[in-house]
Amino acid sequence: MPSLQSLRRKIASVKNTQKITKAMKMVAAAKLKRAQDRILSSRPYAHQLRDVVRHLAERASPISHPLLRKREGHKTELLVITSDRGLCGAFNANILRQATEFLREHAEQGEQVRVSAAGRKGCDFFRRRTWTIRQEWPGIFDRLSFEHALDMGQDIIQHYNDGTFDQLYVVYNEFKSVMQQRVVVEKLLPIESLDEETGGPGPERSEGTPKAVGAYLFEPDEHELLETLLPKHFQVQAFRVLLESAAAEQAARMTAMDGATRNAGELIQKVTLFYNKTRQAAITKELMDIVGGAEALK
Amino acid sequence: MAETGHTVPSGKLLLEVVTPDKLLVSEYVDQVSAPGAEGDFGVLPGHCHFLTTLRIGELHYRIGEAEHYMSVLWGFVDVTPRKVTVLAEVAEKAEDIDVDRAHAAVAKAEERLERGGLPSEVEEARVSLEKARLREKVAERRKKQGHA
Repeated sequence: MPSLQSLRRKIASVKNTQKITKAMKMVAAAKLKRAQDRILSSRPYAHQLRDVVRHLAERASPISHPLLRKREGHKTELLVITSDRGLCGAFNANILRQATEFLREHAEQGEQVRVSAAGRKGCDFFRRRTWTIRQEWPGIFDRLSFEHALDMGQDIIQHYNDGTFDQLYVVYNEFKSVMQQRVVVEKLLPIESLDEETGGPGPERSEGTPKAVGAYLFEPDEHELLETLLPKHFQVQAFRVLLESAAAEQAARMTAMDGATRNAGELIQKVTLFYNKTRQAAITKELMDIVGGAEALK
Repeated sequence: MAETGHTVPSGKLLLEVVTPDKLLVSEYVDQVSAPGAEGDFGVLPGHCHFLTTLRIGELHYRIGEAEHYMSVLWGFVDVTPRKVTVLAEVAEKAEDIDVDRAHAAVAKAEERLERGGLPSEVEEARVSLEKARLREKVAERRKKQGHA
């Protein structure tokens, strides 16, 4: 039977933990709000850019551009987006499980697979495994900015053009709602579809065409423009993925911390009940002793 | 965000300036001039379709009598008869630029350029000087306007 003092200590300790988880939940909620706003405010740019690139790709022959062309090679790279910090539930575990599965599958098909990881958790995970890591970007989520996406995009595109890999997939947590994050695997390179940002097969350029009918002036010419715009498009995609993941991370943390706070509350109740029972038992026992002593004196 | 051309009042242009972080400007304007890759150009309503990249430079637009200035660093412009879309990596309105900080940035960039070093470093310093000068210039514009 634990002593009363140790029970008191236990209650105090759990209460402290609860305070921390509660605070973390609040912080995550605030950060989530900001992350959501950022997703929303980055959308106009992404959409406009996509429209422009689509216009352009219609005019110039798209097959000519290396970022649009399909390659025969068997070198696949997977960009894994995790968080920098833990304590966010199954957020990272889900991603890493999916990533490992993906890698194993593609390796079995005889492809040469490589990993690049954004977020410290993913970097640590793959460093302990046998997969080859090409590039790491740890610690970017603290102050996530477009610059990070620029860096990342530049690096990836350069290696893509050099033939380090022939296709690039990304696995990340999509922010669906506060309660729900979905692990998504997407093909980013070669750029296959400009129709929807999800990259899925969309309706064939139906509303885009009439706009492009009029004569367009290009400065410099189409190809040079496409040359600069396609990498930009890719960088914006990378930025979108990072933002999504950042929002999903905060949402996951908020949910996890909410659960932790509730569990701590339950634990406190249980231990308090037990503490009171023990205390009462001790008092009763003492009373019995006193009564017994008084009896004996008679 | 107005999507289609026909919501634009006649004789006006819809100007949208977008950066990766936000939609900075969305207004009906009378005239826009921008620093294109191959020279500055002006846009009035009814301009033909036009697509170009931007240099580091000053974007200027007019609403009625009011003149507005912005600094833009790289990006590109999509012009249609009724709408001008500016996609810039970095863009700032003149009134958002801190003049003192702009001065300080110019001084710092000049110093770095003087110090020299590797060609890449010099190039970098040159670009940041150009950017700093631009911001300074745009910020000054606003000052002058304020006094006028």
